[in-house]
Amino acid sequence: MYIAKIQVVLKESVLDPQGSTVKKVLSEVGEKSVQDVRVGKYIELKIDAPNEETAKKDVERLCDKILVNHVIETYTANIQKI
Amino acid sequence: MKVAVITFPGSNCDADIYRVLRDQYHAEVDRIWHRDQLEKKYELVILPGGFSYGDYLRSGAMAGFSPVMTSVKEHVNKGGKLFGICNGFQILTEAEFLPGALTRNKTLKYICKTVTLKKGSAGNPVTSSLDPQKELRIPIAHADGCYFATSDVLKQLDDEGRILFRYHGENPNGSLDAIAGITSKDFKITGMMPHPERAMNSVIGEEDGKVVLDLILGA
Repeated sequence: MYIAKIQVVLKESVLDPQGSTVKKVLSEVGEKSVQDVRVGKYIELKIDAPNEETAKKDVERLCDKILVNHVIETYTANIQKI
Repeated sequence: MKVAVITFPGSNCDADIYRVLRDQYHAEVDRIWHRDQLEKKYELVILPGGFSYGDYLRSGAMAGFSPVMTSVKEHVNKGGKLFGICNGFQILTEAEFLPGALTRNKTLKYICKTVTLKKGSAGNPVTSSLDPQKELRIPIAHADGCYFATSDVLKQLDDEGRILFRYHGENPNGSLDAIAGITSKDFKITGMMPHPERAMNSVIGEEDGKVVLDLILGA
């Protein structure tokens, strides 16, 4: 069994109003060091696969098929044996 | 005219467009559950507004995988027309029937109000009879209505006359190029965020929805 920890974020070219709002609030409470904020989503999958290579291919397929909209988003995935 | 209105779990404007087509257009309309298939030939299939699958993951993302979409694709391949309203438009982009994506409104607010639309690109056969100066008052009700596409796609849409409507005056959600609706390259598939089916009677406020549906049904 493998666990895939997937982080999905909006591409740099896409307006991220959630990130902009969080940045504004951080600035308002005095956190002036924060230069930029991007808000994304975290997806965790438990995958039954014979080896890490297959698990990785499963994750890529799932991300391409449904979990990520490549018009507006990109992702990174971390896969570990459990 | 034979029309199918699809109901996904979470659709909530299916009954509205169904009644409008049945009572105001006297169309032969069937309501189709998303687990079923289109079992006869329709001229037009409508994906209604709402929150298909709760809009979890992304608005409209999961509905593209509903069983009914197999026969919707066949309907399109045979030259049938497809029209998506609001969540239906989101489904059309997610399922790659139409280019681009609908992202969170720039204000982060769910916006429910009547806005002004004008005809989009020149040369779009769906809106060819519409005066470019004509202002249409149509309601919107969405949180993810900000149209995004790469600059190449935006240029292509305009060059090919595929922008159906643009917001006029106020751009409520931050859509690029103020896009409120687009069509496919062959103009058979149309999607728009505003709800024409909610503007069909002066008694409840607005009736410019008739102008929009006349164009869609007549195209």
